[in-house]
Amino acid sequence: MANEEITQGLASIVEEVAGVDAEEVSVEKSFVDDLDIDSLSMVEIAVQAEDKFGVKIPDDELANLKTVGDAVDYIVKNA
Amino acid sequence: MTVNDVVITGMGATTPLGGDVASTWDGLLNGASGGRPLEEDWVDTYDLPSRIAAPLAVEPSEVLPRVRLRRMDRCEQIALIAARQAWSDAGFDLPDEQHEPVDPERLGVSIGTGIGGPNTLLEQHDLLKSQGLRKVSPLTVPMLMPNGPAAHVSIELRARAGVHSPASACASGAEGLAKALDMIRSGRADVVVAGGAEACIRPITVAGFSQSRTLSTRNDDPEGASRPFDAARDGFVMGEGSGVVVLESAEHAAARGARVYARLAGAGITSDAYHITGNHPDGIGQVNAINEAIGSAGLSTTDVEHVNAHATSTVVGDVGEAAAVRKALGDHVLLTAPKGALGHLVGGAGAVESIITVLSLYHGVIPATRNLEEPDPKVELEVVAGEPRTKQLTAAVNDSFGFGGHNVALAFTRA
Repeated sequence: MANEEITQGLASIVEEVAGVDAEEVSVEKSFVDDLDIDSLSMVEIAVQAEDKFGVKIPDDELANLKTVGDAVDYIVKNA
Repeated sequence: MTVNDVVITGMGATTPLGGDVASTWDGLLNGASGGRPLEEDWVDTYDLPSRIAAPLAVEPSEVLPRVRLRRMDRCEQIALIAARQAWSDAGFDLPDEQHEPVDPERLGVSIGTGIGGPNTLLEQHDLLKSQGLRKVSPLTVPMLMPNGPAAHVSIELRARAGVHSPASACASGAEGLAKALDMIRSGRADVVVAGGAEACIRPITVAGFSQSRTLSTRNDDPEGASRPFDAARDGFVMGEGSGVVVLESAEHAAARGARVYARLAGAGITSDAYHITGNHPDGIGQVNAINEAIGSAGLSTTDVEHVNAHATSTVVGDVGEAAAVRKALGDHVLLTAPKGALGHLVGGAGAVESIITVLSLYHGVIPATRNLEEPDPKVELEVVAGEPRTKQLTAAVNDSFGFGGHNVALAFTRA
């Protein structure tokens, strides 16, 4: 799956869970600092991303996914 | 105005009669009813004996954005909707980084509920059973906890003087106002956003109340089923809704030139210590609550010409309350019972009915008790029926009682 496609898929999950406009969700954005997503919503986003991209995102890995780009890279490597 | 005066400066509600205070009040004066047939599949699935309810007139999804809705239980949603209305009605803007209309350290919240978030509890339990841990929302606990409605309102309005969430069953909303009065009088806050909320028309609650034989089964007449003080009453109609007021020290309200609807002059809280659902046969707890409310308000029994009754339309409860009111205040009191139109809003009832009491003082009009056609002869007081009654009132009491033996009386006076 292309990086662009993963970014778009993540953006739609973020919009669904946290109400952030999908167009705001780009690789350089921090989930917490830029998109104002709290730790509870991050758990929901991770569960939906696991289902959508067929990856496992354990809690200790989730803690390292600071930006949308971090999440895209993780999914590319682990899908 | 004395240093202890506490006034109502804003009101909000969402009820079976309307999505705000104005439409609820108009509905009451015009004889509208919130009673509807319960059309959900589960009524047949479980063959429930009561097939009627009084659902919200306006769905929260018509008011709140999608993401707010999915992060909050229905009970939290309606508390927030009513609180926003009350806040705006009091003349305040929503706070932000640049602007805090009330000092957050002097602003409190006191919003009660009978049960809180059973919708969330049931839905998430179903998800756990059918799809496992991963599908359980991380918001499950904050959505089901009974302090959730008050907590959400505190975040929205930046209230840092303390958040309370009384749980006293059907008296919770009234206890929300009583606690708020304490907070202001004890000097903990200048402004408290206070009320109650409930949204629990679900198979398990309808089944549970049915098994305790408290619900009306007048299924062929949803609008006529809730009939407080009427000889043919047979139980209450489950409703849902929320009422929230802005209570403010008179000093704080005067300093900002706020419009004042009425004073909350006193509150009485007692407990029956008798039976988990039944009222004490002597009604002593109810009498004492009313006495405490008017006593702490500095009122005499003759000052109180009107009682907005708890009267849920149960056979035993309505007669017991009328006797207690008569014992506490005398024969001159005019009663009304809003549940004839609204149904029983459980934890929201005491707050919504307090708003109606305040509007009766403010407008000099007592709404009629819907469906009161043949008064029960055991009710030895006059109950307003048929048409609303125009009457300038000095003081009025709102009664609220709850399973568990909770008695709360609130004394309001004209501003």
